[in-house]
Amino acid sequence: MLSKRLIACLDVRNGCVVKGVNFEGLRNAGDPAALARRYNEEGIDEVVVLDVTATIEGRRAFEATIRAVSGELFIPLTVGGGIRTESDAAAAIDAGADKVGVNSAALADPALLTRLAWRYGSQAVVVAIDAKRADGRFQVFSRSGSTPTSRDAVEWAIEAEAHGAGEVLLTSIDRDGTRAGFDCELTAAVSTAVSIPVIASGGAGTFDHFTEVFKQGQADAALAASVFHYSEHAVAELKRHLRDQGIPVRC
Amino acid sequence: MIALIDYGAGNLTSVRKGFAAVGAELYTPATPTDLDRAHAIVVPGVGHFAATAGLQGPWTEAIRGAVARRVPLLGICLGLQWLFEGSDEAPTVEGLGAIAGTCSRLPQGGGLKVPHVGWNSLHVSQSSRLLSGVAENVQVYFTHSYAAPVTPETAATCEHGARFAAAVESGNIFGVQFHPEKSSEAGLRMLRNFAAAAQG
Repeated sequence: MLSKRLIACLDVRNGCVVKGVNFEGLRNAGDPAALARRYNEEGIDEVVVLDVTATIEGRRAFEATIRAVSGELFIPLTVGGGIRTESDAAAAIDAGADKVGVNSAALADPALLTRLAWRYGSQAVVVAIDAKRADGRFQVFSRSGSTPTSRDAVEWAIEAEAHGAGEVLLTSIDRDGTRAGFDCELTAAVSTAVSIPVIASGGAGTFDHFTEVFKQGQADAALAASVFHYSEHAVAELKRHLRDQGIPVRC
Repeated sequence: MIALIDYGAGNLTSVRKGFAAVGAELYTPATPTDLDRAHAIVVPGVGHFAATAGLQGPWTEAIRGAVARRVPLLGICLGLQWLFEGSDEAPTVEGLGAIAGTCSRLPQGGGLKVPHVGWNSLHVSQSSRLLSGVAENVQVYFTHSYAAPVTPETAATCEHGARFAAAVESGNIFGVQFHPEKSSEAGLRMLRNFAAAAQG
């Protein structure tokens, strides 16, 4: 049976891992390659590296950081942040990324997803969607959550799949960094609307939050940062907890 | 030296890194005649079966010639599918035809998503050099929508809506539907086993 995936996120700024609350107030939390090595040893299923400030500052995700992280891993690595063109994606992939996460640039030009899927295959193209509850719907935001768009998260996910995206990395801006639990309603709405896998992100605080997002949220994978960051036993203990709840995970 | 064939179907960085980690030397042949010096051949690939059209003609002939000389051949992901006669995904494109059968789309529904993405367990169906030392039910990383049928050459199966060939082995021909280069220790073990086969 296909396992539910646990994904560790490294939010990177200027080569260091940082963690923000509601996308703001970033604080320093360590060396990305060292953390990637630790997560790999602990049994994480996948790693995502996000250059959280790349789009705003107009920079490419640091290739040296990607290279250092990918050197530690023989599990899938996704890189996002500041990927606006095919050459940005090529730089990330050449540095060792297996998949690229595209957010603001795909909103501006959905055909970018198609061009990337044509060149690297859909499995390498992750559409990152940042959504916030507004007027009974889930409004999509671009540029690291700073700019509202007119799009609805469910509709955008469907459109992105049609354009060639192979996975959705869905972040709840309302829950990001709060440790109050994933937005299961948002996750389920998107997960049931598309046939590609949906990675739930934003709000992980307790092990039960993961159970909820896999069961009620129908997520295919769940992404977190601080839950894994501050305890070296978190991955193994979380997997044991999920197995006890009848959720299939990789041993 | 192991020849890694780059026919434009996706990124080979991770495959290179995986073989480097097990101490195998790789080269990327520029032309089919460069396969003459290969001790083993790897056909990687992701994406649409139509991409394997890039292998048709001289490459296929050179690979057939190498296989006839008992040079080990490993197909990864799309490369495994290419070992078969063809795929419903691109009916006009011929595979190598080393294994009888045609690849078809995984069934959707019942809460199962296609593409099949993530870690799933292997059921080892017969003893194999490639899977030597790999435990039953070990989990490996898949990402695909089409899959090969279970045949007498199947070394391991996996199930996602239907049971399919996750690994094949027939003489010196090997194939894996999953990505050993992204499947942690178990995957590296298989790359090491293939590199050992390359040395005879």
